[in-house]
Amino acid sequence: MIAALRKELLLQWRTRAQFMAVFVFGASALLLFSFAVGPNAEILRQFSAGFMWLGLLLSSTLTLAESFHAEMENRALEGMLLLPANARVIYYGKAIANWLQLVLLGFALVPVMVVLYDAGTTRLLSLALVIMLGAAGLSAPGTLYAAMTAQVRSKQTLLPLLLFPLIVPALLASVKLTSLIILGDPMGQLSSWMKLLTAFDAIYWSLCGLLFGRVVEE
Amino acid sequence: MKRSFAIAFALLAVGVYFGLIVTAGEQYLHADLSLGVSVVARTLIAFLSGLAAVIVFLGGDDIENYARPKILLVTGVLFLLVGSYFGLFVAPPEQFMGDTQRIMYVHVPTAWFALLAMTIGFVSAVVFLFNSDFVWDARMEGSIEVGVVFAFLLCCQGAIWAKPTWGVWWDWDPRLTTTAVLLFAFLGILALRRFVEDPVKRGIWSSVATIIAYVDVPIVYFSVKWWNSLHQQQSSPNTVSKPFWIPLRANAFGILLLMVAFIMLRARISALRLKHELAPPPLVEAQLGEAV
Amino acid sequence: MIRNVAAPAIEAMNVARRYGRRWALADVTFRVAPGRVMMVAGRNGSGKSTLFRVLSTAIRPDRGWAKVGGFDVEHEREDVRQRSALLAHQSYLYESLTAKENLDVVARIIGRNATAALLDRVGLAGRANDPVSTFSAGMRKRLSFARALLQEPRIVFLDEPYGQLDPEGFQLVDQVIRELKESGATVLVATHQVDRVAGYADCSITLDAGRVIGTSGELE
Repeated sequence: MIAALRKELLLQWRTRAQFMAVFVFGASALLLFSFAVGPNAEILRQFSAGFMWLGLLLSSTLTLAESFHAEMENRALEGMLLLPANARVIYYGKAIANWLQLVLLGFALVPVMVVLYDAGTTRLLSLALVIMLGAAGLSAPGTLYAAMTAQVRSKQTLLPLLLFPLIVPALLASVKLTSLIILGDPMGQLSSWMKLLTAFDAIYWSLCGLLFGRVVEE
Repeated sequence: MKRSFAIAFALLAVGVYFGLIVTAGEQYLHADLSLGVSVVARTLIAFLSGLAAVIVFLGGDDIENYARPKILLVTGVLFLLVGSYFGLFVAPPEQFMGDTQRIMYVHVPTAWFALLAMTIGFVSAVVFLFNSDFVWDARMEGSIEVGVVFAFLLCCQGAIWAKPTWGVWWDWDPRLTTTAVLLFAFLGILALRRFVEDPVKRGIWSSVATIIAYVDVPIVYFSVKWWNSLHQQQSSPNTVSKPFWIPLRANAFGILLLMVAFIMLRARISALRLKHELAPPPLVEAQLGEAV
Repeated sequence: MIRNVAAPAIEAMNVARRYGRRWALADVTFRVAPGRVMMVAGRNGSGKSTLFRVLSTAIRPDRGWAKVGGFDVEHEREDVRQRSALLAHQSYLYESLTAKENLDVVARIIGRNATAALLDRVGLAGRANDPVSTFSAGMRKRLSFARALLQEPRIVFLDEPYGQLDPEGFQLVDQVIRELKESGATVLVATHQVDRVAGYADCSITLDAGRVIGTSGELE
């Protein structure tokens, strides 16, 4: 398991230039959202959480698709599967690596959000936690679907098509939680949304791990 | 195989009797046909035998014969006609919403059976992953497509109802919103099927995707419900009191039969396609084939 | 045919596999005793690669069955994978990692440690720390070879091992196959270098359009 994760991190480190590109994509998305809404500081601040998560979601399609690019080049994934190692281990290695990248991306987009939308907060630890939980919700099913669509034509369109409806609960929860952290939580809703997001993560990290083997075997 | 169809039809008849005929008897003939069964028990029996009928219809279907779905189709349309007549012309307008409430006579059953179709898809997906029998892949494709169509109809009906009632086409009602998400999720799965040519991979991937999407449905529902909870909770129009039962249930049986018929027909198309794709290797003439 | 008492290393019975509408393997049946070197000959598109991929459990047979090392390729894949290795057309390499890193990844997963020695063996010691993306086709082949050998397989599937190699490479392949045979491993070699391999192979089968059209030598 550690070996698989190590390989993923090594691969990601080697292609780290790509991370910069995805970050710029995400940041541009946030910029474009503000153009769509207009320079009204009030409104921008109110919707800042939504914009940030949408930006992260759109960027995630790039990251997730890229995570299987190296595997498909020389059929490296097949090579890994033919080793006496569990397919599940490969899945979790990739899912964790993708999660880390999304978390980093999330952290990187926070200052962009703060600057563009005047959406700052001092509750940084809570915000970090939300980003980690939300990214986990994107990463688990995202890695599974990325594995599927990497082997198909029109992979760019299929991945978002499959992923976006699925992660609606994670998106709602993450946006809501981020919003509550930035704008205040007068009715104490934080914990219930946290529970929802955590439940979503728990369910999908186990379910997708179970199903990954069937998805990549030929 | 023929016997299962007869059994299923018998179950359906039981359901229709207790769910519909007895009520009709009470209301229009002032006769007690209930055979001593209480109201609650009747509803339960109708529900369970309807469900059992669906299970036997589909489970015992051999995906070959075309007469059976056609019979169900015709019967379903008949029920729908009866229900629509009662719903549009006979039943009284509702207390608060007047005539716009009448759309509930199709909206409510469509909702039930969209979910049922998706559930059948989910069960087929699980079974297919276990036994790799392509009959279940055909059934899954059939039920998902029917579910998608029903979900689309649901969204349209919801919009049609919302405009005169609330003044907007879409009101973010949790159930309707969940339906929209469901619609997109399963449309995605159908798209996935189009792009994968290998039948084995296609079956496995769409089964996996179906399972993942279906598990998500309750989660989506709750999250949208909480998300929307700060807004005024829209009340549902009344469909529970007795004068509304007959058109509702007649339509319910009608749409149930239509759902089953469409799933059967669509599964047949899938099965034909699969038969063509899974054909064994062609036999080659004498010169080759001298084995070790 | 004399019935061999020992279990065959490889058994295939009516194996068939399709790609879309085309049957890459239509009906393949053969047996190989342990310790043999078997050549698999046939034109391009005759099904050699597909056969190796089925036997090494990379893909499932659509019909028929096969056993490698006594284990079924469809139902006991893990056992087959532990005992066999495939040198495929695709290199299974990660472009952005170095040669050494590619081998280390495999070594860590399976718990072996012969990376440096193998790099030396295949003549890549000097390029151990260069990313694979800078390698020529022949060097990739050598690295893939090292990757397969790292698994210390009892049964080896070599799909066109001579492809893209220079004359030294040819000799390297001959040597490695000889060493494998001496260690008692069973080796299947799919190749167009029929004359060369026939020189040391114990037996051979020829494929055409996914069927076995000829055999020679003692398979068992």
